[in-house]
Amino acid sequence: MTATVESAPYTVEEVCEQFDPVMGLEVHVELNTATKMFCGCANAFGAEPNTHVCPVCLGLPGSLPRLNGTAVESAIKIGLALNCRVRERSGFARKNYFYPDMPKNFQISQYEDPIVFDGYLDVPLDDGTTWRVEIERAHMEEDTGKSLHVGGATGRIHGADYSLLDYNRSGVPLIEIVTKPIIGAGVRAPEVARAYVTALRDVLRGLGVSDVRMDQGSMRCDANVSLMPKGATGFGTRTETKNVNSLRSVERAVRYEMGRHAGVLLSGGTIRQETRHFDEQSGTTSPGRPKETFADYRFFPEPDLPPLEPSRDWVETLRAALPERPWERRARIQTEWDLSDEELRDLVNADALDLVADTVDAGAPPEAARSWWVSYLSQQANTAGVALTALPITPAQVARVIALVEDGTLTNKLARQVVDGVLAGEGEPDDVVAGRGLAVVSDESALTAAVDEALAAQPAVAEKIRAGKTKAAGAIVGAVMKATRGQADAARVQELVLERCQ
Amino acid sequence: MSDITRDDVAHLARLARLAVTDAELDTFSRQIDAIVDTVSAVGDIPDDIPPTAQVVPQTNVLRPDTTEPSLPREAALAGAPAAEEGRFRVPRILGEEL
Repeated sequence: MTATVESAPYTVEEVCEQFDPVMGLEVHVELNTATKMFCGCANAFGAEPNTHVCPVCLGLPGSLPRLNGTAVESAIKIGLALNCRVRERSGFARKNYFYPDMPKNFQISQYEDPIVFDGYLDVPLDDGTTWRVEIERAHMEEDTGKSLHVGGATGRIHGADYSLLDYNRSGVPLIEIVTKPIIGAGVRAPEVARAYVTALRDVLRGLGVSDVRMDQGSMRCDANVSLMPKGATGFGTRTETKNVNSLRSVERAVRYEMGRHAGVLLSGGTIRQETRHFDEQSGTTSPGRPKETFADYRFFPEPDLPPLEPSRDWVETLRAALPERPWERRARIQTEWDLSDEELRDLVNADALDLVADTVDAGAPPEAARSWWVSYLSQQANTAGVALTALPITPAQVARVIALVEDGTLTNKLARQVVDGVLAGEGEPDDVVAGRGLAVVSDESALTAAVDEALAAQPAVAEKIRAGKTKAAGAIVGAVMKATRGQADAARVQELVLERCQ
Repeated sequence: MSDITRDDVAHLARLARLAVTDAELDTFSRQIDAIVDTVSAVGDIPDDIPPTAQVVPQTNVLRPDTTEPSLPREAALAGAPAAEEGRFRVPRILGEEL
C-alpha cells in the first residue's frame, strides 16, 4: 500500500505568523531490567523468536502477573529525575484492545493513578538558554510483541496474507513519559521537541535505567501537534505522529505536521484527529491505522496486582542516589578537564564523553584519554562502521594503554598497535604487548649497541654529527628505529646518538 | 432501562472482533441492556466509599529481577493453530496498514 505523500506547504515561520503550535510529547522507554515487567522471562533484544516467553507473557489462561521490583524502582528514579511527585498509592489497570501483538487482549498499564506525576525538565536549547517542559505523568506498562506482516503488500510471499508474531518483547517493562501541552514555543517548537527528547534521553542514560536506543526501539516518541489561531484560547484538533525513531525525526515530524495542519486549515479544511505515521525517507506523515477512541479502551483496575505504596524511606533513598544531571555533569567536566566549548561539543557529538570520563576514572589523564577516544579510536570505529561505544575495547583497557605510554613501556606508535590488538580480540593490553613483543626496547645497553652499530655503518654521517651538525642524527635514529622494528623510543635514541658522538 | 442500542452492540462487537448477525444485535442489545441495568446498582453507592479493586489487603508485592526459565519454543507454539518460522501465524487484521 503506498502512503499518500502530502507536501507541507507552509514553513514553520509562515505557520507561526497566523498560528501558535501546541505540542504534547509521549515517550516510551524500555527499561533495561534483567527480566520482563510481570514474569521472569529475560528482557533481551535480538533473541530467536519466541524463546523468551512463558504462560504470563503469552497470556495463557490461569497465569498471573508478578511485578518486577527493579522496574518499579526505575520508574520512581525516572520520576524523581524529572522532578515529579511520587504517588503514595498507585495501581495498575487493564487497557483493553484486540490486536495480535498483545496476547492477553489487554495491556497492563496505569490509568488514573500513575506512579509519578507533575514534574518538569529544564531542557537546554542550542542557543544556551533552557526551556522548561512540564511533565504530566510517567507510568508503568508492558510492551507488545512484534508482528511480521507477510503478504502481497510486502511481496515476501505472493498472495499470502497473514502476520507472524514473536512475543519475546511482550511484557518488556515500559515507562511512558507524557508532557503537559507545550505552548508558546512558536517557531522553536520543532527545536524544543528535539531538545526535550535529547535531554530526556541523556537523563535516562545517566540514570542507567534504559539503553535509550531510538534505532532499536528502546526509546520511542509520539508527537502530538495542533495549531491554534493567534489569539484563540482553545486548542485545535491534534494529530499524533508515531514511529518517530531518531532525534532528528522528532524535529522533522513536528515541523512537517505544523506545515501540513496550516495548509489544511488555511484552505478551509479541518484536521482529523488521527494517528499518523512518520516516514523517515520522505520526512512526511501519512494516516496510520484507525485506533480505538479513548473510551473504547475500557480501562478498569487490574485485579491481579495489589497496589503500590512506595515508602518515604525508599523514595528518599532513591532520591539521594540520583546522579548529576547530564548537562550539569558536562559543565563540571568542562571545568575539571579545562576544555573549550568546541572540545566539549566534539566529545559529546562523538558520543565519547562517558567513555573518556570512565577512562579518566580508571586513572588516565583527561587530555590523553580524550585524545585516544576522539582521534584514533573514533577513526577505528568509523573504519569498522560501528558506534564508538560498540568498539570492543573498554575504558579500563584504554587507561592501561595510556599508563604503558606514560611509564615508557610503549611509544605512541606502539600503543596504537596494542590498541589494534585489543580491538582484534587478542586480550588485555598487557597480553598484546607480550604476545606481539611490542614493548619499547628500553634496555640501554642494547640500544647503545644498536646506535654504535648504525654509526659504524654510516661513518660519513657520524663524522658530520661529531662536527656539530646535529640534524644529521636523524639518519642514525632512523636506522636504529628500523633495526629495533620501531620499538625504541625515538627521543631516547636521539639523545643516545648525540651522547655517543661527543 | 439503560438504552443499549443495536449500534452500541455492533460497536462492541467490532472492538471484540466478533461477527454478529442482525438477529443477534437485537438479542444482545436486550441482554446487555439487562446486565447494565443490574450493574448500575453500584451507582447508588455514596461517593465517599473508596472503590475496591482488590479484596486482599496487600501492597508492594514485588518480585526480584532475576531471570527464570522460559518455555521451550515448541511448547510455546504447541497451542497455536498455526506457526511458521518459530512464530505464531495469525490472519491479517482487516483494514490494517502494512
